[in-house]
Amino acid sequence: MTSMINKAQGLGLSLITKLAGSDVLDQLKLRKFVEKSLYQGSKAGFRALSQTQKAFKPKQISQQRLPQQQKNLFDLSLTEEQQMTSDAMSQFAQEVLLGLAHDADHAAEFPESLWQYIEDLGLNYYALPEALGGVAAEQNIVSNLLIAEKLAEGDFSLTAGLLSTFSVINAITRWGSTEVQSMYLPCFAEDSDITATFAIQEAIPAFNPYELKTKATLENDQFYIDGEKTLVILGDLADIFIVNADFNGKPDVFVVQCNESISIKNSPAMGLKATETATLRFNHTPALRLGAADFDYTAFLDLGNLMWCAMAVGTCEAVKAYCIKYANERTAFGEPISHRQSVAFMIADMAIEIDAMRMLILNAASLAESGKPFHREAYLAHLLCAEKSMKIGTDGVQILGGHGFTKEHPVERWYRDLRATAILQSGLHA
Amino acid sequence: MNLQNPKKFKMMIDQAHDVAINVLRPISRKYDKAEHAYPKELDMLASLIDGMNEGGEGINAGAAGAGKRGDTDNEGIRNGTNMSTALGIIEMCYGDTGLLLSMPRQGLGNSAIAAVANDEQLERFKGTWAAMAITEPGCGSDSAAIRTTATKDGDDYILNGEKIFVTSGERADSVVVWATLDRKAGRAAIKSFVVPKGTPGMKVERLEHKLGIKASDTAVINFTDCRVPAENLLGNAEVDVAKGFAGVMETFDNTRPLVAAMAIGCAKASLERIKEIFKDQLDANYSTPYLQASNLAAQIYHMEAEWEAARLLMLKATWMADNKKPNSKEASIAKAKAGRVGNEITLKCVELAASVGYNEDELLEKWARDSKILDIFEGTQQIQQLIIARRELGKSSSELK
Repeated sequence: MTSMINKAQGLGLSLITKLAGSDVLDQLKLRKFVEKSLYQGSKAGFRALSQTQKAFKPKQISQQRLPQQQKNLFDLSLTEEQQMTSDAMSQFAQEVLLGLAHDADHAAEFPESLWQYIEDLGLNYYALPEALGGVAAEQNIVSNLLIAEKLAEGDFSLTAGLLSTFSVINAITRWGSTEVQSMYLPCFAEDSDITATFAIQEAIPAFNPYELKTKATLENDQFYIDGEKTLVILGDLADIFIVNADFNGKPDVFVVQCNESISIKNSPAMGLKATETATLRFNHTPALRLGAADFDYTAFLDLGNLMWCAMAVGTCEAVKAYCIKYANERTAFGEPISHRQSVAFMIADMAIEIDAMRMLILNAASLAESGKPFHREAYLAHLLCAEKSMKIGTDGVQILGGHGFTKEHPVERWYRDLRATAILQSGLHA
Repeated sequence: MNLQNPKKFKMMIDQAHDVAINVLRPISRKYDKAEHAYPKELDMLASLIDGMNEGGEGINAGAAGAGKRGDTDNEGIRNGTNMSTALGIIEMCYGDTGLLLSMPRQGLGNSAIAAVANDEQLERFKGTWAAMAITEPGCGSDSAAIRTTATKDGDDYILNGEKIFVTSGERADSVVVWATLDRKAGRAAIKSFVVPKGTPGMKVERLEHKLGIKASDTAVINFTDCRVPAENLLGNAEVDVAKGFAGVMETFDNTRPLVAAMAIGCAKASLERIKEIFKDQLDANYSTPYLQASNLAAQIYHMEAEWEAARLLMLKATWMADNKKPNSKEASIAKAKAGRVGNEITLKCVELAASVGYNEDELLEKWARDSKILDIFEGTQQIQQLIIARRELGKSSSELK
């Protein structure tokens, strides 16, 4: 336990030190993005994945499951460790993500410099169990959501990209069979270059994650996946995909490696541009079934939805902070527009609903990590976050008026990104 | 991190729930009809509650429990009286909000006493049932504009003025009256005084006829040269301009979450009833994704999400109070959210049940009437928004008016 705290402290502190000696930061600010053709997205047809297939060397390990936490009193205070992690993530969001967000959105490209930071932040180690060299000694769903919230104060899309591999490790640690865990967890522990993501959404209006067009089949003890998935973040960069598919009439989840049976098409969306969203086609792609006997598809979805919800809260905090600054500086009729109730009350409502969303998310998360049923709470949290975060997104643009409609200000990007909260199912994992 | 009700309050919550079902609900419609009749059934209940409280952590069915200053030597996180009181109130208002407000010895005045009285006063006013008199004909939300005066005369203060909307103003043993020592000194000069019933010069003029919470009496009280002993001034008698309004406003940090709890309890009644009415059309396991849910189910899930949000925000504000964290903003957030959501939910439930909801055969229409006051008293929705906005924007009351 102590060693875990030490490790976590080490990670948090090393990050702060790194940021303080901000040589790298300066380089980042100067970094010029290569303009990507805006037309790339509309290129017709699928192509082969650019990522070359990695050779995964399985190492037999015993099945990992993180123990549940015990809870008693109603308590909203953060542990020392959670506070420190939150502070570090907040600082990183402000000093790194915020500065990269505009260009990454414009170029529709995940900034290369961020890959190094994923390692520096030690994100993967937060997810990996202690036995495999990580720091996770128990289920840390609240902590994981706090990480997502704090990072998303910097940028929604970049956070999604940053937390993609982290989420896959969480999902494999929580649900993976011995076979899946042996195949992938040791590799994640040893090779920080592995990128992983989820392929969950299908291009169906009012998509229902319980009714999947993508099919899994079992032939001679080998699973195969056939079908198409969309809104896959970092689709063209991933080595490993977590894919949901219908198996014998029921939704189930599988792990797939990048290989030639998968083709890809860029599919730019309203937002999430920095995650380079893509549509993937699986053509008889070999797969491993993710779960063991304790697999719970609904909980798998919920733990993903909660991540998007937490990110929505973080980004809404950014919207609010930006609007407060703007409303206090912008004058009309001889005084700051923040002196008008019609503007001020929008900001009051932002504060109310941000805290409301956060409470629902934390309630679900805290139940989840203590091993209690949490589907109702996650369902209600997702519903509330979908509505309120979009309201805050649209009010953010409204407060800035015409200026909010231009790319001079980040509120239009947050508006586009926040629309995703209602739409995405799974795609990340706490 | 844990947002579930602490186990140690479970028995108290269950008791309050039983009281709601077995004592309050059966007489709910009776006193909605018989406005101004004294709900005598409450006397026995109040004694029962007093007895339970003597024995430790019982139901604080009303406001008396809030603001109690707990043991400061206790290390670590506390789940104390602010929270348990709020949890009790939710259940009692699930029974009937008007009757909760009529509970003897549980008035908002008791909360003011608990929050600002000194030790001697706490002892002297123990067991009194105190109503709260703030609003005047010419001042509602703008409580700094109070016209009622308190003039020092020897060892007494002499009160003059008119107070309206005094909940339990006729039934309570005493009234906590807000009055100014010096109209020119503004907020800092506003003090609160405990005025026992029957004090010469204090007169209940009339009782209001209202939209809802009819079981609770709402009085107009006149003070004409009403003489009260100086030791009945709660808290500090000095006019401290620097500290300003803080003394009297502190009470709100404790009482606003409780009014939020009332709204949550009232809405809980509607929400539970509407789910019962439509049980065959709802998926009890929440296994239908939102986009696939029927319009009816989606509206109910939506209300439930809002209700949970209000409930958790309210618990947060009480948790902060119990742990001595400054909670003015959070108390206003809780009150704003619960007030608006409670009203929306109770009205929506009438709409969904249609004629069944609108008829007096059901209590849905009553709850929809009762809930409205909870978004008004103890600071309207708009006052809470102002407080929150000023905090967020860093604005004074003269800038953001």
